Amino acid sequence: MTQAFSPRSLDEALALIQGAKEPVTLIAGGTDWMVGRSQDDASPRTLVSLLRIPELRGIRVTPDGIELGSLVSFTELRQHDGLAAEYPVLSEMAASIGGWQIQNRATLGGNVVNASPAGDSLPIWLALRAELSLASPTGLRTLTYEDFHRAYRRTALNPGEILVSIRVTRRTPGQVCRFRKVGTRAAQAISKVVVASSLIKTDGVLRNVTLAAGSVAPIPLRLRATEGLLEGQVPTVLLAERAAASAEGEISPIDDVRSTASYRRFALRNLIRRIVLESVSA
Amino acid sequence: MDGWSKVDGSALYVDDLSVPGCWHGVTVRSVVARARILEVDTSALGGDPNVVVLTARDLPGPNFLHLIEDDWRVLAEGEIEHHGEPIALVAAPTRASALEAARRIVVRTEPLPAITTLDEALELHAPLLAECALNHGDVDEGFREADFVVEGTYRTGHQEHLYIETQGALAIPHQDGGVEIFGSLQCPFYVHKALVPLLQLPPERVRVVATAVGGGFGGKEDFPDVVAAHAALLARAARHPVKLIYDRHEDLVATTKRHPSLVRHRSAVKRDGTLLAMDIDVTLDGGAYTTLSPVVLSRGVLHAGGPYRCPNVRVRGRVVKTNTVPNGAFRGFGAPQTQFAMERHLDRIARSLGLDPLSIRERNVYVPMDVTPTGQVLHSSVSGRECLEEAERRTRFREVWRAYEAERLRRDPLDASPLRGIGLSLAWHGTGFTGNGERRMRSPVKLRLRSGPRLDVLVAATDFGQGTSTVLAQIVAESAGLTASSVCVVNPDTAVVPDSGPTVASRTVMIIGRALSIAAARISRQIAGFAAAARGLPEASVHLRNGIVRTILGQELGTFQEWADALLATRGELEVEERYEPLGGESFDEATYRGTAYPAYGWICNVVEVTVDPDTLVAQPTHATAVTDVGRAIHPTLCKGQIEGGVLQALAFGYLEEIQHVEGRVRNDRLTTCLIPTAKDAPEMTTILVENPAESGPFGAKGVGELPMDAGAAAVVAALENATGITVDSLPATPEKLLLARERGQIVGVGAPPERRTP
Amino acid sequence: MTRELEFQVNGESVSFGGSPLKRLLDVLRQDLHLIGTKEGCGEGECGSCSVLLDGQPVCSCLIPIFQVEGASVTTVEGLAPRGEPSPLQKAFVQEGGVQCGACTPGILVSAQALLSSGEELSRVLVRDRLCGNLCRCTGYVRVVDAVIAASQMDAPHGRMS
Repeated sequence: MTQAFSPRSLDEALALIQGAKEPVTLIAGGTDWMVGRSQDDASPRTLVSLLRIPELRGIRVTPDGIELGSLVSFTELRQHDGLAAEYPVLSEMAASIGGWQIQNRATLGGNVVNASPAGDSLPIWLALRAELSLASPTGLRTLTYEDFHRAYRRTALNPGEILVSIRVTRRTPGQVCRFRKVGTRAAQAISKVVVASSLIKTDGVLRNVTLAAGSVAPIPLRLRATEGLLEGQVPTVLLAERAAASAEGEISPIDDVRSTASYRRFALRNLIRRIVLESVSA
Repeated sequence: MDGWSKVDGSALYVDDLSVPGCWHGVTVRSVVARARILEVDTSALGGDPNVVVLTARDLPGPNFLHLIEDDWRVLAEGEIEHHGEPIALVAAPTRASALEAARRIVVRTEPLPAITTLDEALELHAPLLAECALNHGDVDEGFREADFVVEGTYRTGHQEHLYIETQGALAIPHQDGGVEIFGSLQCPFYVHKALVPLLQLPPERVRVVATAVGGGFGGKEDFPDVVAAHAALLARAARHPVKLIYDRHEDLVATTKRHPSLVRHRSAVKRDGTLLAMDIDVTLDGGAYTTLSPVVLSRGVLHAGGPYRCPNVRVRGRVVKTNTVPNGAFRGFGAPQTQFAMERHLDRIARSLGLDPLSIRERNVYVPMDVTPTGQVLHSSVSGRECLEEAERRTRFREVWRAYEAERLRRDPLDASPLRGIGLSLAWHGTGFTGNGERRMRSPVKLRLRSGPRLDVLVAATDFGQGTSTVLAQIVAESAGLTASSVCVVNPDTAVVPDSGPTVASRTVMIIGRALSIAAARISRQIAGFAAAARGLPEASVHLRNGIVRTILGQELGTFQEWADALLATRGELEVEERYEPLGGESFDEATYRGTAYPAYGWICNVVEVTVDPDTLVAQPTHATAVTDVGRAIHPTLCKGQIEGGVLQALAFGYLEEIQHVEGRVRNDRLTTCLIPTAKDAPEMTTILVENPAESGPFGAKGVGELPMDAGAAAVVAALENATGITVDSLPATPEKLLLARERGQIVGVGAPPERRTP
Repeated sequence: MTRELEFQVNGESVSFGGSPLKRLLDVLRQDLHLIGTKEGCGEGECGSCSVLLDGQPVCSCLIPIFQVEGASVTTVEGLAPRGEPSPLQKAFVQEGGVQCGACTPGILVSAQALLSSGEELSRVLVRDRLCGNLCRCTGYVRVVDAVIAASQMDAPHGRMS
């Protein structure tokens, strides 16, 4: 017998999960889960929809940071005026996900927990050094997104835990962020390559460089060697070339139904080069 | 106008029909490309009264679907020929129980070596499904006179129709063994002709009705025979109505696609770009069964030289068999493949000689009284030059193309701004069946005057979005002197309408429309004659115009309604039958490929602009211009809608759409991986109708359905070349292909120059 | 222990007592006989099954019915509640935005949500908001034309008579 619940608070949800006899499936917008499940599968399960939990909703901008509830939809993210001004990359990222219908339904938290190697939103959380807040019956814990996403489709989420929010710092003056998604078509395409970055140019040199890439390895990656190569350097055309070559060495793309490994290397190399080139003239 | 039922949600497509006691059918398919069937074990289902299972042993008639060659099997028997081939059929009261039953059927097979690509088929001399050849003039002599010889090899891939409504049929069995089919189909009589021998029934016990059809593009020309046959077999065995609706995955894996092609060109040209001889070799990949391959090849070969004058032409064509899902009818029917090759080849010739793409086309495009490679003299409605001129006037193609060529050469390699390119292509498309098809068929159409009063149009032409119901009603109303509201196009139903032929080959408006126009004029004369007789006037002095019966002096004698009612009261229902008769004695010799290949040709010039991201080589078409001659656009809005939709399919065939096979299996078998353009991919379009009426069509109309598919792919690839300098000769020109081509040195101005023949 | 779920469809209250995981699409088509909403892929890619859920376009093939409890659903049948075609529906017929019609119900509900949003329309915006609705017939030109035309009919000082 399938049972489905729509708890109205975080506590109610945590209690439900703890009290269940069989494994519980948590869903939010359901845009991925509903595709994966077979329509004709009648096997019993317990399903908990998180959509009505107020603690997981909303975008809170405070002097200390920006907290995005795990239930924030890509439409909400896209339409938030304050965020669009502060982090245009977040709006660009949200606009690149699926079509309008999917943006209305799919959630930031769902994309994170789903942990797809091609998750379009994920490299941004690496580049912005986002922190996740996870709730369990014993309380809240926080960890960085980078520590959360462990391996191919594997995360640090424990059974019975719920992703509450994603937190990023306020943008610092001079901080430049970039998001680029390469898909097979202009909209509604799963990415072949995604790149997200953040850096500051002060006194002519690059600081706080983060570079992240998706769809080029089993999980979204920080390109740490390339970051190190750029940190504290004066950006030049030559440096851009070196960064591009370095980034290519950090990834392990594959040939699959969406693209080829060699194309992914080519695109990533050029996108990393472009990020550095832009900072030359900036 | 059937638009209203489609905007309020009331239009009934096959899956929208509900019938009491309806069961659901599913198909058990091959999961390998080729194998010997050792056993189909259905014993796990033994005796369940709520499950019906059928295999090839259970067929009442011979195991084939009648099309051209009777080789397309209803259910696999002995050997499996392709991945996704139907092996068994199951029906049960719910879809879930039918799927569950299907999972319990065990198919034991022994693998056999498979040929899964066109190249393998050529290399290993796979069986040929069709062959043909065309010879005109003396090709060898043409090469002796050449200043230059230019060679090229061009490829196109599979293309999926991707109609939004998947394939489906509902079969209702009758007590007497007969069966009614309601289906998403283009050609009710094709299905009828397939079912009669299969079910061993007299023709009158099989009835086929077209429901609303959610897109066809040729994909619902041949394949509905399969779906309808399966549904009918299950319904008769289950003694219940059976609905068989494909889900998208199944539709992508198991239904026909566009034939992939490999076309080799070798051309003799003069220094000024004049074509002296063309030697063209065409190979199509037919997939596992013949389906419509011989006629797809024939049309491909007849269009292989494009709309260009050339005194010496040789085309050889063949269709190879591969162990992949059969390829079949798809908008354009071979012509998009061979004309892509021709257009790309002309661009190659032009670059070799330092000409621009427009100039070489202007030099060679047909003008009136030119002779085609079949010896057909093009008397009238010859519009290639006019389409080129109008396109140049609207887009300033030559100037823009040169500017982008210059921009590319002086561009800073670090520049982040998009590369810009423009491409031009020209194509033509023969309306109606190839050769003597229409002459043989002499399509019958009927008009019936009945109480209302109204004029019923009885034809087998289905309207799957082209708007032909509206256009045929307009033709009949105009020809009869009525308003369109007095004309009703009856839903295609084999029990009601004559077999006016399939809804294919861009033939509905020109062929069916012409026969209807003549029939309508006859009905009109009968009504006017009746009124004249009643008033004691000479018959010729009275006519029907705009729904009013008048004398030639303009005196109104009454309305159509009044006189039609009077006529009906006196004589009862009035029915007129007409047949399409080709004009004046032209014919085609199918053995030698000489004569009139088509009664008329539509013309299209596409100009496409693209931007290309320099970092990723991702292309975005930004504007497409289509200048077309379809003779006369009976309904300009619907006509332009056909052109725009076709142009987008053609552009996407050029740079985006791809079907990937792995060991004969369609790998991108979901809509997340099998992509067609969204509203954001599609460019804005300018559609211009040049109207040069054709003698043979109603009010001068020629066909429009397929023409817009023929040119766009070459234009978009040319635009990519103009933007990036990368030459791609294989569709689709994805960023991955552009990258590969660049790495291989396929760059403008690099590589071997054409062979020079004379000092 | 199946309990009845209540929600609104096209302004009317309905209840449903079947499997909580049944797709909204199937409940609409099979239980409520609202066949205007079409299934094109079952994976949220084509948008043929689009409906408005509390005013926002969603793919009804991706929504288990228990998540609809208490919500308001609008289908294509709800766009012309009094049987009179809406400006949007008129515009689609007049401008040639309809061909085979299979994508049309989904496009209409997305377009209606866009018109209702009050955003200032441009062709670029219309294309953006309709990018989740695949159409294989029209090339989209006349679909965009129709939405723009409808917005002009809708405007208080527009040219609708």
